[in-house]
Amino acid sequence: MQQFADYLLDEGILAGLPKSLGYALVIAFFAFVLLNFIMLVAGVTSWLERRVWARIQSRVGPNRVGPQGAIQWLADGIKNIMKEDIVPTAADKPLFKAAPYLAMIGFFGAWACVPFGDGLIIADLNVGVLYITAVTGLVVVGILMAGWSSNNKWALLGGMRSAAQIVSYEIPAAIAVNAVIVLTGTLSMQGIIRAQGWAPWNWFLFDNPFTFVAFFIFFVALLAEGNRTPFDLPEAESELVAGAFTEYSGLRSLLFFLVEWGNLYIIGALCTSLFLGGWQTPHFTDNGFVLGLVQFVVFFLKSYFLVFVAMWIRATLPRVRVDQLMSLCWKYLVPISFVNLLGAMLWVVAFPHGFLPARLGMFLFGIMVTIYFLMRVAFHLRRARPEMSWNPIA
Amino acid sequence: MGLGTYVRNIRETLETIFEGMAITASHFVRKPFTIQYPDRTEIRVQDSLPFRYRGLLDVDLEICTGCLACERACPIDCIVIDAEKDKQTKEMILKRFDIDLAKCMYCGLCSEPCPTGSIHHTPEFEGADYSLESLVRRFVKAPLVAYKPPKGPETDPEVAPILARGLRYLDEFASPGDPKAGE
Repeated sequence: MQQFADYLLDEGILAGLPKSLGYALVIAFFAFVLLNFIMLVAGVTSWLERRVWARIQSRVGPNRVGPQGAIQWLADGIKNIMKEDIVPTAADKPLFKAAPYLAMIGFFGAWACVPFGDGLIIADLNVGVLYITAVTGLVVVGILMAGWSSNNKWALLGGMRSAAQIVSYEIPAAIAVNAVIVLTGTLSMQGIIRAQGWAPWNWFLFDNPFTFVAFFIFFVALLAEGNRTPFDLPEAESELVAGAFTEYSGLRSLLFFLVEWGNLYIIGALCTSLFLGGWQTPHFTDNGFVLGLVQFVVFFLKSYFLVFVAMWIRATLPRVRVDQLMSLCWKYLVPISFVNLLGAMLWVVAFPHGFLPARLGMFLFGIMVTIYFLMRVAFHLRRARPEMSWNPIA
Repeated sequence: MGLGTYVRNIRETLETIFEGMAITASHFVRKPFTIQYPDRTEIRVQDSLPFRYRGLLDVDLEICTGCLACERACPIDCIVIDAEKDKQTKEMILKRFDIDLAKCMYCGLCSEPCPTGSIHHTPEFEGADYSLESLVRRFVKAPLVAYKPPKGPETDPEVAPILARGLRYLDEFASPGDPKAGE
């Protein structure tokens, strides 16, 4: 993006302006575009998530606003904006009002390093992965602040749970990422994607058994960091009303939901760029625009598939208890990811340039697991003899 | 916790999540059970209800004898009838027949003693309204002469089908288990 800003300043429409002002204008423009993209993705995700849960629970879901309910999220958003913004009398008012924006900053900052295609990234920092891991930590501050300043016991419990949970799960996530970083030797998101290939056996997911395990650790840890079921303890509707967000109404509550659903796409995009080959496609055309568009679509579909998996997990698994949450992190994920990192390091020492038979073997293993999974699905369908409907929106 | 337990915990976690995800994935392609009342059903829901369904009360004034049996039977007095005998013609004159549906509890006690089946429940159940007053159904618009059953079968072609329907309604109340009654 810096090249683009330099181009505009030297020859484009911004020629003649002072450099700092020109940069500020370009940054503001891209922030505006990105914010709208996030709201669109988060909104559509909120609708799609409700439809997916509904189908898994043999219901229909919201299908009245627009074709198949596709603009339900817009109606919900407008409703929330028009609602009264209530601040409790006993609340710590400045903190209460600032909390959603802090959560929003932490979440929005992470998007600076989320890639969309080859060269389509706001800032390709050479410490991109570290930056994302660090800046998403700000969301904890927002949620903890919301929980504490509400002056409400449920909110406080939710906020404390959130702090314990997110801080704990950052450790396995960061260590699992290292299994990839020892392979590439770079922390830049684009650099990691360039180190992979378009073919599934060139993805880091199938590179060796250790990255395969690291993918699952990373995905689970990110789910916990994003407060997703089965780790949605900070919100815990059935226990804590709405957890840290109990006292929020109107636009402020909407911001927290925007963070939750937008985070879902970040989870997908991170896993895609680190393990699933990112935007890599075969070089089938010399037309740069078409290639860029296809890369964007490929990346978006891969990320959205992981978003779908997160929805699917939410419809499947029950919420864990607090002690189970902690024992899963500290007794299982952290030790396993350490051993895994050690294995990945040894692998790099043994095969500095990769080991193709292992890649193909891991790829075959992945296909076998998928086939066995589909067989189990077919078994459950045969056993129940249900009335089928393959139409996803009916 | 020994190493065996540790490994078994991991294996069981993976296996159960795998199986659970397979079950929910199989539900994902099943047909939803939802019936989208009111506008996306194949037939109106009211038409799919049984003949004896206790919905909103209705009165066929053509066959009402003005006997006040329903007014007396009602446990919460939601039926109010003003009927007078005309001294000269010896006819019952109905001046008022009000049912307050806001009070009605759909017990069906009024339709049982009715000699002609004039007062009966309908399968209609959408009674929501904005005020309590509009829930009072006033059946008699202007005073009218009550029905007097003739000796022998009913001959009036307009009244006969209404009376037949009322009597069938009473029959089904008398023998609810009879499968032939509903035909």
